[in-house]
Amino acid sequence: MGLFNFYKNTFKHGIHPPESKGETNDLPIKQFPFAPVIILPLAQHIGAPSQIVVREGQEVHRGELLAKAVGYVSVPLHAPVSGIIQKIANVPTISGKMSLGIYLKTFPSSTQEVLEGKPIDPDTATAEKILQAIQDAGIVGLGGAAFPTHVKLKVPEGKKCETLLINGVECEPYLTTDHRVMLEQENDIFTGIKYLLKATGAKKAIIGIEANKQDAADHLAKHIPKELPVSIKVLPVKYPQGAEKMLVTSILNKEVPSKGLPIDVGAVVINVATTAEIGRLLPHGRGIQERVITITGHGVKKKGNYLIPVGTPLRFVLDYVGVEEEISEVYMGGPMMGVAVSNLDISIVKGTSGILVFTGEDVGKSSQIYPCIKCGACLDACPIMLNPSKLGILAKFEAYDEMASDNNLMDCFECGSCTYVCPSHIPLVQYFRLAKRVVRKREAEKKEKIND
Amino acid sequence: MIKKTLNISSSPHIYKRRSTGDIMRNVVWALLPVVFFSVYSFGLNALLVIATATLASVLTEHFLCKLSKKESTVHDYSAVITGLLLGLTLPPSFPLWMAFVGGVISIALGKYIFGGLGYNVFNPALVARAVLQAAFPVAITTWHPAFLPNRFSTIAESIFTWPFMQPQFDAISGATPLTSFKFDGIVSPTIELAFGLTSGSAGETCAVIIALGGIYLIARNMMSWRTPLAVLLSAFILSGILYLSNSEIYPSPFFMLFSGGLMLGAVFMATDMVASPLTPLGLWIYGGIIGILTIVIRIWSGLPEGVMYSILLANAISPHIDNLVKNRVYGTIKKLNAT
Repeated sequence: MGLFNFYKNTFKHGIHPPESKGETNDLPIKQFPFAPVIILPLAQHIGAPSQIVVREGQEVHRGELLAKAVGYVSVPLHAPVSGIIQKIANVPTISGKMSLGIYLKTFPSSTQEVLEGKPIDPDTATAEKILQAIQDAGIVGLGGAAFPTHVKLKVPEGKKCETLLINGVECEPYLTTDHRVMLEQENDIFTGIKYLLKATGAKKAIIGIEANKQDAADHLAKHIPKELPVSIKVLPVKYPQGAEKMLVTSILNKEVPSKGLPIDVGAVVINVATTAEIGRLLPHGRGIQERVITITGHGVKKKGNYLIPVGTPLRFVLDYVGVEEEISEVYMGGPMMGVAVSNLDISIVKGTSGILVFTGEDVGKSSQIYPCIKCGACLDACPIMLNPSKLGILAKFEAYDEMASDNNLMDCFECGSCTYVCPSHIPLVQYFRLAKRVVRKREAEKKEKIND
Repeated sequence: MIKKTLNISSSPHIYKRRSTGDIMRNVVWALLPVVFFSVYSFGLNALLVIATATLASVLTEHFLCKLSKKESTVHDYSAVITGLLLGLTLPPSFPLWMAFVGGVISIALGKYIFGGLGYNVFNPALVARAVLQAAFPVAITTWHPAFLPNRFSTIAESIFTWPFMQPQFDAISGATPLTSFKFDGIVSPTIELAFGLTSGSAGETCAVIIALGGIYLIARNMMSWRTPLAVLLSAFILSGILYLSNSEIYPSPFFMLFSGGLMLGAVFMATDMVASPLTPLGLWIYGGIIGILTIVIRIWSGLPEGVMYSILLANAISPHIDNLVKNRVYGTIKKLNAT
């Protein structure tokens, strides 16, 4: 692939944080109890929030449509439990803002059977039909991004999808969600791949798995159906290999162009849990009601991998698993990119891949920020090969435009590797997050002015 | 029921447990064997000079922090490193008051004036040494012989010179390998240079111990291996070419590598992270400039040694190297985009 890239099974740079997966990676997925009240924000995905099609007081069956998609970049929402619509009102979300949602009171005596829909046959259905079914099932990227999966699968005019990459990397420390899914839901995964190959027109699928999950790789390899063009690639353990661009580079030895998508190099990347969900839901025409979540961290008593209904309140979850007295921080997602929770009344959403509870001693933060000593550790960590040191200095001077125009700020996908390694404890990625928002806002304002 | 107030913070929520203070402390560990050898070979004189320079640096840092009503930054060890390095580059019988002035200058003019740790343009210890060289040209080029039998019992007269008085140097004063070569054309045996049997600045004589300190820091990933390698390699190659072209005039590249302050400069001075470039290619260029300039100064200038000026000059152009040499950002090759 030319003179400039010698990738050997992995992308360049990256970091090696402690994996911390040992406490949950052996624990089988357990069904979580149903909370008495389920809280469902409508904006659980990137794109337009869905639109409510039920009214207060209405009885709904598990799997029934509660809100429909609005436009193309949007997905519907289904009832995760059988119950009664208690209230349609603003609900708390992780961002701290209130947003419109549904309070659903669970029927305690219900058997919680899931409503059957129209099955989709992967052999006869067209690509269009599969994409529609994926949207109708309310499927979003379960790795954490919560981007509507059917949009990602849609190959743009003039482009071709050669390879379907199934992302079983799970490079975030602590999380073992995808690991368990790969060990326990191989049939769903392969069925899902069948649908995905059809939907994208890809000739083959490659499942990327990091070497710390060799058992999952072996397990899947043993169960690959004969007719399915699937192979498995075991990759060296390195964060952030689970990032789309990094995975494309690690497996295909190609670079996704700046500001581009994997499809620009002929690939589509889908998370393994999302794939399993597609394989489980589409044959029954069902909508998504629950997902696997790793609950771990020193603050948790009953650590494990749980199958939890979407909309389960975080407080209910933590009360059930039990937390230690001295907990200090709760995160949704992994420790590298997860979001700190300020309010326990928020609920599990489709994109929640993990719940991490830290006690005071886990929070290894130093309050003291030293000046940048130009040690270059961040340059050696950045998977996009930016110069975080320089970007950090520019950010201090609020030179946001220069950060974007001359220093590729917008290529940063906020993996946090720079902040992780910085010996001076400079909150680099936090600066960049802010800078990116400012730059986006300024660009939007500029566009508006031109339009006026 | 959870009643506790939760802390919130922006991700990431885990950190590599290594601080700037850890790196600095390890540099001090790596320097200690150099200091011990210096005291072993030059006796109490070297001990006094190094201690004075270090004390002056630390006191200056503390005093300047207090003066600008900031918390003292002495605990980050960077002032200790600066003081030790300055002491190690001075002649072993250097008057203590001059060493003290050097220590003050290193922090005040070398570092604090630019904004403190992280903002210095030049290596602070070398800034001080350059000032001392200009101010006290005789004292800084008067060398003390190594391994005198009475080195642990007597102290050179010059050490206790009163401030602003002309120092009286002992009758026996040694020549360094570089001055003997420059002015008398004598080339010292490489083995003597490598193991520090010669005279010179307090801490520059034993190349092997200095190199071991560097290997320790590189192994612990606390120092770029590129800079010292680039400095030594470029110096070796240039002097090697010269030696092959005419071995009568030019000394062997091994002599160049192990004599004078090249090893100390390459390992502990040129590698000052703040004053050197960030990118790998930038470091190669920076190190190459230092190595080549050192040889050029040693051979063609009036000075016997050129490491200090080479590093200071390379420090000055280091920001420009960073502007010119940038990492290629992921996904920015046109060839790759056209798939």
